[in-house]
Amino acid sequence: MSGASGLVIGPILLPLLAGAGMLLLNGERHRWIVAGLNVGATFALVGIAAILLEISDTGTRDVYRLGNWPAPFGIVLVLDRLSALMLLLTNILALASIVYSLARWHRAGAHFHSLFQFLLMGLNGAFLTGDLFNLFVFFELLLAASYGLLLHGSGLARVKAGLHYIVVNLAASLLFLIGVSLIYGVTGTLNMADLAARVPAVAAESRGLLEAGAGVLAVAFLLKAGMWPLNFWLPTAYAAASPPVASIFAILTKVGVYIVLRLSLLLFGESAGASAGFGREFLLFAGLATILFGAVGTLASQDTARLGGFSVLISSGTVLAATGMGQVGVTSGALFYLVSSTLGIGAFFLLVELIERGREPGADMIAVTREAYGEEVETDEAEADVGIAIVATMAWLGVAFIGCALVIAGLPPLSGFIAKFALLAAALHPTDQPGGAIPGSGWALLAVLILSGFATLVAMARAGIRIFWASPDRTVPRVRVIEMAPIIFLLFICAAQTVWAGPVIRFMQAAAHSLHAPAGYISDVLDNGPSSRQAEGK
Amino acid sequence: MELVLAIGIGTLAASGVWLILRPRTFQVIIGLSLLSYAVNLFIVAMGRVRSGAPVLIAKEAGDPARYADPLPQALVLTAIVISFATTALFLVVLLASRGLARTDHVDGQEPEA
Repeated sequence: MSGASGLVIGPILLPLLAGAGMLLLNGERHRWIVAGLNVGATFALVGIAAILLEISDTGTRDVYRLGNWPAPFGIVLVLDRLSALMLLLTNILALASIVYSLARWHRAGAHFHSLFQFLLMGLNGAFLTGDLFNLFVFFELLLAASYGLLLHGSGLARVKAGLHYIVVNLAASLLFLIGVSLIYGVTGTLNMADLAARVPAVAAESRGLLEAGAGVLAVAFLLKAGMWPLNFWLPTAYAAASPPVASIFAILTKVGVYIVLRLSLLLFGESAGASAGFGREFLLFAGLATILFGAVGTLASQDTARLGGFSVLISSGTVLAATGMGQVGVTSGALFYLVSSTLGIGAFFLLVELIERGREPGADMIAVTREAYGEEVETDEAEADVGIAIVATMAWLGVAFIGCALVIAGLPPLSGFIAKFALLAAALHPTDQPGGAIPGSGWALLAVLILSGFATLVAMARAGIRIFWASPDRTVPRVRVIEMAPIIFLLFICAAQTVWAGPVIRFMQAAAHSLHAPAGYISDVLDNGPSSRQAEGK
Repeated sequence: MELVLAIGIGTLAASGVWLILRPRTFQVIIGLSLLSYAVNLFIVAMGRVRSGAPVLIAKEAGDPARYADPLPQALVLTAIVISFATTALFLVVLLASRGLARTDHVDGQEPEA
């Protein structure tokens, strides 16, 4: 264990302490202290995640054993390249949405900042944990916080969408428990590394039960990832959420995607004996169906926020289908795509409210929200102290809209294009096929990705024309620097990902290689090291 | 013993699924509770059904086959707490929906007859 292993638990402890501390400071007088704490804690989390990313890139896995219990018995936190990447992505997105919320949304309900920190704690924990049941606990934590955040701002539309969201997720959690207990019943362990080591040795008569358990577990994750046909709740819920919340929710689907990616490669990789490649074909076809469903949805949506919701589906579907391909190159392209599309969609959800502000329906909704919460509509003087309105508003909004559209649709010059290019280039140059023959799945992925990119482009162009060109009676919205800056920040990261595409791709390839070789993960986690052996010995 | 447990879990799960698919929010919450009971029993059953076996392994343990597996019991405790909390939270949303929409239909509006 390196000296930094204490830092691994930081992304879980810091939001816990910050969130709990903020609960004590509730009330109107402390609002700005709480907001400052939230921004500070999230900023620190971004820093921690960046340090962890750098540590993980040395190729060592940092295994933190809680209470120093040896691995298969105690709970472990495992930091590798993939989890460090997801941590950084989560916290960057979180920072952007918190800063955005300071302009007005954090006043629309109680405990916004605490819930936000608890959501981050759940997310970070889910990315770091190396234990299935612990994963369930972190999942519930982030879901409980997300129920609160989805309802933030109240109003009939949010309560209606929230009701469906909560029922669907509670049912999925029960499926999660059934899957976990089936797997435990067969293998007798919940530690992911220990599980991966035991899967090849499972007796033939129990194998059906194990695979049934894994299948039930996968349904729970795929529901959260928004896979077709389990995703009808998603666009409605995301469109109903307040903009900063919708923006951070863009990462919630990625938790499901992350777990599917990790577990399918860890438990059912090449070395899994008779179960190798379990569920891979299903993931491929279901992923392709999700992309198509999302593409049709983007074309059909009248509302800009729903357009964002369907883009989320396309993004999850792409990564799921790429996981189903089961090739190292495709996985690394998919990771690149995951980062850029999440940032792009996050920025888009923030932007939606700003561009809708000049149009009547959006303004109506905010007024209704305030009324329902019993808060008076604030005057402009009261809002002016938050920040100054920016100049040339429409130009900024238009540029940001084009940026989001380019990233989400995957057009050059921004990162969405490079991501899709890397993904497809790997899918069309399979390394495991003799003679370099392109498998049918590669062609299918190519066709569906190009089609969905085109559909997104058409939908985005239509929305852009309607908003910026074809509405003569619109008023220019008042947009503050503090609202525009997070969007520019997210798009700037996408641009940086384009400029430094070489190093980023190299990192993604290293992450994909270690994902496809689970033996290293297993030995790193199960090798308890000298310090714990000593503690255990006498 | 196994048969009774299996029938119990099956009945609870079947009733729960049926209730979840009903259009009234109160039926949905009862359905979720029944389903979570079924799942909790299922977790216990996955640690092998034993009656009368002690849980904790004493200092001179001897044969581990004489003891019940403690882990599923710890898991089920966690699961009970979490499902209780989330059900309570859902109850609040249910009441909010009832208040705002003035109906207890899950879609927040009565279907057109």
